[in-house]
Amino acid sequence: MSKDVLVFCEQRDGVLQKVSLELLGEGKKLANTLGQRLIALLLGHEVEALCPSLVSHGADEVILVDDAHLRDYLTEPYAMAMADVLNEGNFEIVLIGATAIGRDLAPRVAARVKTGLTADCTSLEIDPETQDLLMTRPAFGGNILATIICPQHRPQMASIRPGVMLAPEPVADATGTVRRFDVDFSGLKNAVVLLESVKATKKAKDITEAKILVSGGRGTGKEGFATLNRLADLLGGQVSASRASVDAGFADKDRQVGQTGKTVRPQLYMACGISGAIQHLAGMEESELIIAINKNPSAPIFDVADVGIVGDMHKILPKLITKLEQMA
Amino acid sequence: MKIIVCIKQVPNTNEVKLDQQTGTLIREGVPSIINPDDLAGIEAALAIKDSLGAHITVVSMGPPQADIALREALAMGCDAACLITDRAFAGADTWATSSTLAGAAQLLGYDLIITGRQAIDGDTAQVGPQMAEHLGIAHIPYAEDIKADGEKIIVTRQFEDRYQLLQAHYPVLVTALSELNQPRYMSVGGVVDAYDQKEVRLLTYADLETFVPVENIGLKGSPTRVKKSFTKSPKGKGELHQVSEDEAVEIIIQKLKGHLIL
Ligand SMILES: Cc1cc2nc3c(=O)[nH]c(=O)nc-3n(C[C@H](O)[C@H](O)[C@H](O)COP(=O)(O)OP(=O)(O)OC[C@H]3O[C@@H](n4cnc5c(N)ncnc54)[C@H](O)[C@@H]3O)c2cc1C
Ligand SMILES: Cc1cc2nc3c(=O)[nH]c(=O)nc-3n(C[C@H](O)[C@H](O)[C@H](O)COP(=O)(O)OP(=O)(O)OC[C@H]3O[C@@H](n4cnc5c(N)ncnc54)[C@H](O)[C@@H]3O)c2cc1C
Repeated sequence: MSKDVLVFCEQRDGVLQKVSLELLGEGKKLANTLGQRLIALLLGHEVEALCPSLVSHGADEVILVDDAHLRDYLTEPYAMAMADVLNEGNFEIVLIGATAIGRDLAPRVAARVKTGLTADCTSLEIDPETQDLLMTRPAFGGNILATIICPQHRPQMASIRPGVMLAPEPVADATGTVRRFDVDFSGLKNAVVLLESVKATKKAKDITEAKILVSGGRGTGKEGFATLNRLADLLGGQVSASRASVDAGFADKDRQVGQTGKTVRPQLYMACGISGAIQHLAGMEESELIIAINKNPSAPIFDVADVGIVGDMHKILPKLITKLEQMA
Repeated sequence: MKIIVCIKQVPNTNEVKLDQQTGTLIREGVPSIINPDDLAGIEAALAIKDSLGAHITVVSMGPPQADIALREALAMGCDAACLITDRAFAGADTWATSSTLAGAAQLLGYDLIITGRQAIDGDTAQVGPQMAEHLGIAHIPYAEDIKADGEKIIVTRQFEDRYQLLQAHYPVLVTALSELNQPRYMSVGGVVDAYDQKEVRLLTYADLETFVPVENIGLKGSPTRVKKSFTKSPKGKGELHQVSEDEAVEIIIQKLKGHLIL
């Protein structure tokens, strides 16, 4: 009996999401360790054209459910299709991106097929003794990491945080099959009806929820904040600020980090032209990676920075932006 | 209309600090609060009650101390409260937590159930959708706006890059984002009533037995186990570079790549 690894490959409007490729890379490693195949599950309508890319990124087989019911993401038809596929096959591991789709679909499906689900994992490993999947995830607002197992139930399901796994390079001559899978949607209750779907123009997110913050201080200046905005856009992050720069009117009060502002814990905090007063540090020192740029080598921000750059931010940042634009 | 709001009492994780010496969590003196998304859920229910009239029951599964969270919800204006508390429920993962809450919902009856999207301690965002699945009803997640009338509800459902307007008839479960609204404060009269006039009803497994089989609750009903938990190793002193601008750019790019930000 096969015990394959299945990856749910998310697409929106026919565009494959990056996390799907990341999961194929990770799924392939797990499948190789277990000596099993990697299966990609693709749900949507008129999305067959995406299959070759799934194969070139490592899938031995693509299960394709192509149906008008799956054009837009709605929980019920997607859950129905995915549960059908899981019930028909024999999967050891199921991976899904921890996105606004994956974190909605996965719990519904896990409850339906009666198995465990580990949320928002940042690392996966096979236990060499038991062959169980060790799923590690942050909890308590990132204060701790926990390793979760699902010993008695199969498949072992995990949602994986986007951006933590590496997408593999595509292999042009990779071979894999595409299997069309028919789902009988006649039992669908259509209890939830889509009235409208609107692509949102990005509004500034709450800085406490941003994964990446580019932060400016008195040394940044009004124009410097425009530079920070551009950098934040390129990194997919938000702009935050010290109190001195809020008081000077460079940034809005809701951007302020610190004792009398907000406490933030992003994956990256980039402090530019911020001295690092204790009241500022109180709001950001738990950030995962802190990069500081300051022209004063004895600025206290360097005491908490993982990487400190002594220099003029007005010269360094434009060069960094140019470099990132070339890479994009 | 009968509304159930599920609330979880959680430690204020913003105030949890790490002991730099031992690397363990310092939970002493960290206040317990109503999970922020759940406060938004309470407010959403109260807003529906204000405009349409409704009977709101707040439900929490947890230790006896969760009584305080439920009283707070009563003081905000909820009508009834249930505390699901029994040793039999201990060790529940989200599968077992949601099946237990679903049992309580069946006992109480409902048109609309509101949960938070995510609890700030367990952080899984799984209990709402799983509860709806156990009940065999539809759910709408990530609500950032709710409009309700007597028959149906229209929810603005948030995604990373878009939003959907979704409509459902009752019964339905909705998971609330804290951005949904500004929760009202408890009123003084409300606080007095919450302790003098209103009761927190205790539910044990015996009360839910007819709705949830014993193999679906507690540790036994939980497919997952926490194998171990640990804290990240505290970071050492960082590096300081006094280099040319081009070298500085290179160092930053390499760091961002190393941390998978690029
Ligand atoms: C009760 C209380 C509460 C407070 N709460 C907060 C709070 O919540 N948040 C907060 O941030 N502050 C808070 N403060 C204020 C805090 O003490 C500092 O005054 C403030 O953080 C300083 O902001 P800054 O670092 O932007 O400015 P400064 O301290 O003036 O630092 C500017 C820095 O920019 C550098 N610089 C200048 N030009 C350049 C350049 N071209 N390139 C690179 N570097 C350059 C300088 O070397 C300097 O280090 C509080 C203070 C008090 C008393
Ligand atoms: C470190 C750690 C990691 C864990 N990881 C996992 C995991 O990956 N998978 C897993 O299945 N379990 C996991 N658990 C167990 C899980 O935390 C519990 O099952 C918990 O009771 C519910 O999960 P949550 O806190 O993530 O709630 P969420 O699913 O985030 O909560 C969503 C909403 O459900 C409602 N709700 C949740 N719990 C209650 C309650 N007790 N009473 C009333 N309403 C409630 C609230 O409205 C809440 O806003 C973990 C536990 C720990 C300690």
